[in-house]
Amino acid sequence: MAIIEIKTDITGTVWKVLKRVGDTVEEDEPILILESMKMEIPVAAPEHGVVTEIAVKEGDTTPEGSVVARIEA
Amino acid sequence: MKKILIANRGEIACRVIRACRKLGLSSVAVFSEADASALHVQLADEAHPIGPSDARESYLRIDRLLEVARRSGAEAVHPGYGFLSERASFAAAVTQAGLVWIGPSARNIADMGDKERARMLARQCGVPVVPGSGRFADTDLVGIEAAAERLSFPLLVKASAGGGGIGMRRVDDVSSLRATALATQSMAGKAFGDGTIYLEHCIPVARHVEVQVFGFGDGRAVHFHERDCSTQRRFQKLIEESPAPGLPSAARERMAEAALRLCAAQRYEGVGTVEFIVDATSFEFYFLEMNTRIQVEHPVTEMSTGCDLVALQIDFARGAVDALEQKGIASRGHSIECRICAENPAKQFLPSPGTLERFRLPEASTVLRIDSGYREGDRVTHFYDSLIAKMVAHGEDRDEAIERMVDALGRTEIAGLATNVSFLRATLLHPRFRSGDVSTSFVDRYKADLVPRKAA
Repeated sequence: MAIIEIKTDITGTVWKVLKRVGDTVEEDEPILILESMKMEIPVAAPEHGVVTEIAVKEGDTTPEGSVVARIEA
Repeated sequence: MKKILIANRGEIACRVIRACRKLGLSSVAVFSEADASALHVQLADEAHPIGPSDARESYLRIDRLLEVARRSGAEAVHPGYGFLSERASFAAAVTQAGLVWIGPSARNIADMGDKERARMLARQCGVPVVPGSGRFADTDLVGIEAAAERLSFPLLVKASAGGGGIGMRRVDDVSSLRATALATQSMAGKAFGDGTIYLEHCIPVARHVEVQVFGFGDGRAVHFHERDCSTQRRFQKLIEESPAPGLPSAARERMAEAALRLCAAQRYEGVGTVEFIVDATSFEFYFLEMNTRIQVEHPVTEMSTGCDLVALQIDFARGAVDALEQKGIASRGHSIECRICAENPAKQFLPSPGTLERFRLPEASTVLRIDSGYREGDRVTHFYDSLIAKMVAHGEDRDEAIERMVDALGRTEIAGLATNVSFLRATLLHPRFRSGDVSTSFVDRYKADLVPRKAA
């Protein structure tokens, strides 16, 4: 079991947080949705796991490269 | 009318400010925190803060905009495009506040803003529409499969309140219909506060052609010819040109007539655009929607006709348009526009906000127009759309216009963020594009030729 950091490639605002700590996520399943330049950009789990941390809340600004969530995979 | 408030930002705010200056009117800009030192703020005669960077707390705040209008003594409001430009309640609020609304009436906006109602009005005046279903509200999907079978696949699931490609998804067979319909409803509910959807027949190889119109509000209307906006990515326009390449003149004339019928039927007032989807093979055309505002790509038409559409909007709003006759509106040569955007073609065109560390554009001339809301050193933030600049080239024919545009893009230097400049240039140089073989699927189809391989 390893903790995986989920980072965002894009500066944006957190629009919707879809998962909570303890939720199971599949590979490529969105954990949250960012809004940037009028586009919705899902941030997905890179592999199957359990969410251990959501590091942002709705309305937060996420700089490029920042950690938005962690999962245990 | 002496002073106009511009309820917008970026290049379109700068464009309206220029029109004000030309007409001898004062301009009032508004700005969010992110735009405090933006170009439109510098250019306007006066500028007022309206709140935080998030548009919902600034550019979309009707109360704050009306307060600035009152405080500044502005007598009219120009909404630009996007933001509140097609919100009937804003047009009504402006009028109720005793100000002049520079745009079509709230009734025109409401009629065309409801896509289903717009289709019905189009059908009533003999304008063909794409075969579609009735509406499916909330999570009620009873009968959706039957409706889909009647229309036949492929089809599009569309949000009633959507537009500009937002809230639109393609379905190729019945197996993914329900999931896509529910996902679209959910998205539309969150994004627009209205989860109503409908189905529409999908034309496999389609072109997007639109007619620029102007209505006097009494049933009379004129058109400014068409623009082809087929070259898109993610349903968003990237390249627009006029005339539409290879479109037979009979189809062109019938589309213009259809657009004018729709304007006459609703006694449309002011500048607008009637959008059609055209079957690229048969040239059959269908009404898509009407945009009740000035559009991003309006300079294409201005370059070809020599008309100033923004000045026309303002003149009409202040009762200064006397005569405008169809026979006086001629389109000359060929115009083509490229939208330079802060986005990364190698990463599925994802947004690329950042600072314009270098921003050098070729010099504008009679055959090259550049509209931008940014200067070197400015930040292109994630709060607003990705448009950095619009470049419009004109030529005696399409080849000459394309060559001028290729040259202009080649002399464009932008650093500090990713842009689509190389992508646009590759598109213009592509043999299929050069031959006029444009369609809404062009970018997907020839992506491998247009986007450099991503470095792993």
